Amino acid sequence: MATVVTENCNGCRFTDCVAVCPVECFHFDDNMVYIDPDVCIDCSACIPECPVQAIYEEDDLPEELKTWVAINAERAPTLPVCGEPMEPLPTAEDRKAALGF
Amino acid sequence: MTQLGTETHPLQVAVIGSGPSGFYAAEALLKSGKSVRVDMLERLPNPYGLVRSGVAPDHPKLKQAIQVYEKIAQTPGFNFIGNVTVGRDITVEDLRRTHHALIFTCGAESDRRLGIPGEDLPGSYTATEFVGWYNGHVDYRDRVFDLSHETAVIIGQGNVAADVARILAKDIDELKDTDIATHALDALAKSRIRNIYIVGRRGPVQAKFTSKELKEFGHLNNCVPFIDPKELALNPESETELADINNPGSQKNLELFQQFTETSASGKQRRCIFTFLKSPVEIRGSGKVESIVLENNRLSGAAFKQSARGAGTSLEIPAGIIFRSIGYKGRPLPGLPFDADRGIFPNTLGRITDQNDNPIPQLYTAGWIKRGPSGIIGTNRACGVETADSLLNDIDLLATNDRKPGAEGIYPILNAKKVRHIDFKAWKKIDQHEIELGKTKGKPREKMTSIAEMLKVLG
Repeated sequence: MATVVTENCNGCRFTDCVAVCPVECFHFDDNMVYIDPDVCIDCSACIPECPVQAIYEEDDLPEELKTWVAINAERAPTLPVCGEPMEPLPTAEDRKAALGF
Repeated sequence: MTQLGTETHPLQVAVIGSGPSGFYAAEALLKSGKSVRVDMLERLPNPYGLVRSGVAPDHPKLKQAIQVYEKIAQTPGFNFIGNVTVGRDITVEDLRRTHHALIFTCGAESDRRLGIPGEDLPGSYTATEFVGWYNGHVDYRDRVFDLSHETAVIIGQGNVAADVARILAKDIDELKDTDIATHALDALAKSRIRNIYIVGRRGPVQAKFTSKELKEFGHLNNCVPFIDPKELALNPESETELADINNPGSQKNLELFQQFTETSASGKQRRCIFTFLKSPVEIRGSGKVESIVLENNRLSGAAFKQSARGAGTSLEIPAGIIFRSIGYKGRPLPGLPFDADRGIFPNTLGRITDQNDNPIPQLYTAGWIKRGPSGIIGTNRACGVETADSLLNDIDLLATNDRKPGAEGIYPILNAKKVRHIDFKAWKKIDQHEIELGKTKGKPREKMTSIAEMLKVLG
């Protein structure tokens, strides 16, 4: 079981999640953040923080988002740690509106 | 004036309390790029606050946050001073002389009261006492809980209420491999409790549980969750709250509550009964708790602002043991202002303020004693960082002409009073000893529940 970032983050990268992560398990690339499942302690603090509801507990994932479990596990360890919140991407507000939030 | 925060004039900060908010505030200061020394004072020999003594023993993964705190504790500039009570062994005024700034992160250690007749009858307890007891907190090791009745009632529907209910609901086999205190395991093994009521003032949509916690009730060895389907009827305002796209937590909770209306006992002996829209009005019994009277409520007000009002009818539930879990309050400390209503140190962005809302120089706060008892471990990271930022922004105001001695100024005061203070290396010895004690029982650790025993380990 882990907590998983999914496609809504792509193009947003708000990083509100990062501010409340007790263990610095978020990593980032140019598009979004990912959770390292070996570091995450499943506290779920990040889930309600996401303005576009991109983060799920693994067993709450809708079928079409289940591929993100492997994507987080593979990508996160290869990327730099996101230790502090960053400015959202320039596309973030438009993407958020397009997602209906 | 000197340039504070440089190698020759490090910023000396005392952090009072060693729970998550204290560690995250310390981390933010030590990572700031300034030269900072942090002395963390803790009244117990052990650090980690509620991560050690609040997080339930059957949630070991959450306790891995401790690995992060151990790393912070090994950062140059960090110093742990355990077994020291601020206000008794050393005063706030002493610390204002020895340090540039003080951050109070001492948590909310007392419970809110129900304020109803019978609240102090034997058999009526606070969740804090019970949680501290099963978690081996030194203050609560000698508590005795009478578990010989069939029915327990928990007042409140937050995370702590869920923990108390789950510990009462679990079989010993589900707890024996955890770091639960042995005295609690022995007592729970003899428990006769069959019915566990979890009572909420407002409705199912407003319940503060996380869905993660609720799900656990569906997977217990010897207990089924139960809800009367009638309890899930919603008023239009609650329907509005439920339909809001920004309220997915309530939607998930309600799905789980609906599942709980359909569970069958299937041979399991215990039931956790969730019940809503009820407020306790009286605890009855001659000499000890025998029943609790709950008044039925209805909701009034606009969506997301609904409050519970008494509807004039009530019911009585026979029960032998009652736990209240309706919130926590901090305790006042000599030398600091206190907001008695909220049970916090009044503050703006972590700067402790006087009666005119003006910041008092040198005094800061973070965690539950800053913002009240809400949020989980990670919430305290954002909270501690906010306070550290306020402090660092004030660095020019904190500079003094004379040098602040930091820890070197503290030790003579403690030694003169013969206070046995311990450093982080000493704590790690106790830590290792607890882990060794646990090994013989197949537990991750056996917590030491007396300060004297802990100090004995140190020789």
